[in-house]
Amino acid sequence: MAYDIKVNGAVRNVDVDGDTPLLWVLRDVLGMTGTKFGCGAALCGACTVHIDGVATRSCVTTIDSVGGSAITTIEAIGETPAGQAVQKAWLDLEVVQCGYCQSGQIMSAAALLAENPGPSDADIDDAMSGNICRCGTYPRIRAAIKQAALAKPAQ
Amino acid sequence: MRLEQLADAAQRPSDPPPLSTATRRGFLQASAALGGGLLLSFGLSPLMGRAAAGAADGFAPNAFIRIGRDGQVTLIVPQVEMGQGTYTSLPMLIAEELEVDLSDVHVEHAPPDDQLYGNPLVGIQMTGNSNSVRAFFEPLRQAGATARSMMLAAAADTWQVDASTCRAEKGAVIHDATGRALDYGELVDKAATLPVPESVALKDPKDWRLIGTPARRLDTADKVNGRAVFGIDVTIPGMKIATLAQSPVFGGRVNSVDDSKALVVKGVRQVVRLDDAVAVVADHMGAAKKGLAALEIEWDEGANATLGTADVVRELESASRRTGAIARREGDVETAMAGAATKVEATYQVPFLAHAVMEPMNCTVDLRQDSCEVWVGTQVLSRAHAAAAQTAGLPPEKVKVHNHLLGGGFGRRLEIDGVVRAVQIAKHVDGPVKVIWTREEDIQHDMYRPCFFDRMSAGLDEQGMPIAWHHRFAGSSIYARFYPPAFNNGLDPDTIDGAIDLSYALPNMRVEYVHVEPPGIPTAFWRSVGPSHNVFVVESFVDELAAAANKDPLEYRRALLDKAPRAKAVLELAGEKAGWGQPLPQGSGRGVSLQFVFGTYMAQVAEVEVAQDGEVRVRRVVCVVDCGTVVNPDTVEAQVQGAIIFGITAALYGEITLKGGRVEQSNFDTYQMLRINEAPVIEVHIVQSSEPPGGMGEPGTSAIVPAVANAIFAATGKRLRKLPIDAAQLKSA
Repeated sequence: MAYDIKVNGAVRNVDVDGDTPLLWVLRDVLGMTGTKFGCGAALCGACTVHIDGVATRSCVTTIDSVGGSAITTIEAIGETPAGQAVQKAWLDLEVVQCGYCQSGQIMSAAALLAENPGPSDADIDDAMSGNICRCGTYPRIRAAIKQAALAKPAQ
Repeated sequence: MRLEQLADAAQRPSDPPPLSTATRRGFLQASAALGGGLLLSFGLSPLMGRAAAGAADGFAPNAFIRIGRDGQVTLIVPQVEMGQGTYTSLPMLIAEELEVDLSDVHVEHAPPDDQLYGNPLVGIQMTGNSNSVRAFFEPLRQAGATARSMMLAAAADTWQVDASTCRAEKGAVIHDATGRALDYGELVDKAATLPVPESVALKDPKDWRLIGTPARRLDTADKVNGRAVFGIDVTIPGMKIATLAQSPVFGGRVNSVDDSKALVVKGVRQVVRLDDAVAVVADHMGAAKKGLAALEIEWDEGANATLGTADVVRELESASRRTGAIARREGDVETAMAGAATKVEATYQVPFLAHAVMEPMNCTVDLRQDSCEVWVGTQVLSRAHAAAAQTAGLPPEKVKVHNHLLGGGFGRRLEIDGVVRAVQIAKHVDGPVKVIWTREEDIQHDMYRPCFFDRMSAGLDEQGMPIAWHHRFAGSSIYARFYPPAFNNGLDPDTIDGAIDLSYALPNMRVEYVHVEPPGIPTAFWRSVGPSHNVFVVESFVDELAAAANKDPLEYRRALLDKAPRAKAVLELAGEKAGWGQPLPQGSGRGVSLQFVFGTYMAQVAEVEVAQDGEVRVRRVVCVVDCGTVVNPDTVEAQVQGAIIFGITAALYGEITLKGGRVEQSNFDTYQMLRINEAPVIEVHIVQSSEPPGGMGEPGTSAIVPAVANAIFAATGKRLRKLPIDAAQLKSA
């Protein structure tokens, strides 16, 4: 079945079964490989995108549930103030190791900061504990979110 | 894994010795690079001498510096990037000597070729064993210095001045006396015609401007915006996506497949049946997974159909009662033991562990009648190439392998099973196909850190100090499969690593290894490998000896280190930085560990909190590391942080179990990872040193596990000798 979805501001038409996860539409149908596959079961957060600004696991979000919502992926998150601040802090503090999970980490962190400009450690735990990093970059992720919070321009 | 010894094991009598500084220069030569510019190539591997001698039209180099007419410096990095920072640390070595800014160096993946890119410490093209910096520290600096020297010579010749009056800086040669300067790009044509100097002087370490600085990583910009291309991100025109189900019992076969429901799934193109696996080929992974779920497969589970973890442990326990191959013998353990005032005995056990790399296993193959192209992220590029060729039934020159960034390695991508499987599937597919393992398939068909069973005994003198030490353990030898020549007389260098070279004064010591390969479960290297098992056992048992002697565990260790000043120094500093001895709340405790593995000394102090229900939280870790000369201290810190979290995951959660021959764990709900809310504060202190560099990718993992176990003992008085930590045993309510 054909679906029109709005990805990073553009309407894209895809023809897949309605129960196809958004992750595979993005990666395999639209060729947007920045969003990563980690578990397929909303357990690791590697596939996190924003749907109307809310951090969402695209691996369990079926295409027929998306409707006309605005989907934002890692490819475009740098165009938002929070996303830009997060990306810069990630580089400034050298958060990244292998980098595979970092698309999802950045999407979760950007959603957090867009909502909460001054997150506490507990807020960071709540927002980020769904994102696994096997390289163990958590200490730097925490520090980078705090730095991005300070750097993010008021909206 | 002590792969330094692998090069020796691989050495045949007729081969030249592994390159020393003297012989290596003989292989340096320059030639005009394709497309213009200077191509500097240099040989490193034990095989290089023969390759160089045998090739009249220029020898096959081991790595390349390419300087274009535009002054662009490109380094083809022989080691792969899997998060450990190789694509920064190795370019730093070149850039230091070449006198170019790191930001001006371009990095390229090396293609597969043992002759050209073999790791000089290993003999094959392999990234592992925490040895990239160790292996390439000198060769890459020499390569940079040689290129710089030739740039100086080219400029001096241009200006008709003495080269010694010129200096190099930021990609240019400068003649201070006349104020003239030429960029490297302007010099490459002339430099390419010059003879390669027989010897070049490396910079005095006091003149280093890059080595030892926290240089920015070169691989990360594209990793924060989605542009980085990991193996799983490869896109080939016309490519299909496949996913697979392999026999859930190792060694099983496909009996029958009913694919009728799968083939009607929209987007599914084909079902491929292999002897021991079934793959669904589709337009996208969503359809492939849906098709896979719709398959009805009947398996012939074979000989391992009833295997359970208890069977494996029973076999290892039984084997540990037998005499093993002697890995280390000092003094006379029996006599010392007989005369000991106190004897301490204990058994330990560590489980199978999966790697759970975040990027699930995957491999893309375009197999045609007379060619095969493979896209993959691998730690063993040349082996991947050979495996693809063999499986495809094509000569190696018809096979091309493209390496990609690795979404985690940790040893998993030292194996080529995924490449073999993908090519097997591709043989049935018309056109390119990307094979992606589901997370469940990735965990249930990993190759696992072996399970081990250990018997420890020690004799203490009147003061409680050890006068006899006996360690015997049973388990799998990865080398016996991975590289059989390195398995000799019942021993291999990895399995015993961390058990034999202890820093402590142990006058009477025997370490024995009983080789047992459990049936039905393949084993492989896993971050910190041999030490991941041995350091846990050794450092837990040393703690037990301190307890038996009624002594402070840090002081007890310290008293055994008079002949190991670097070990003593890291231990003392760790104690000081951690506030060792200062009071902690009820239910909390500190534990210490000390190790010398991968050429690096490390001490850790972990602070844990044990809740009434037995849940363990690691709150703080202080790590002191002496890894000799540091190339990039920020990377050292990052590797320690990450390795510690990797180790805590294993200590608290890591366990792969078998039931009915099947791995019981399948995804991150049943094979749990440490998460950010559980991650401790980690403080890393680096000891300044001018000793040769040590490895940094892995030591943090092996050191944290006993530190946590020892901290739990300090907090609760309970000694846990089996991993992972069993919270039920720690319940106090």
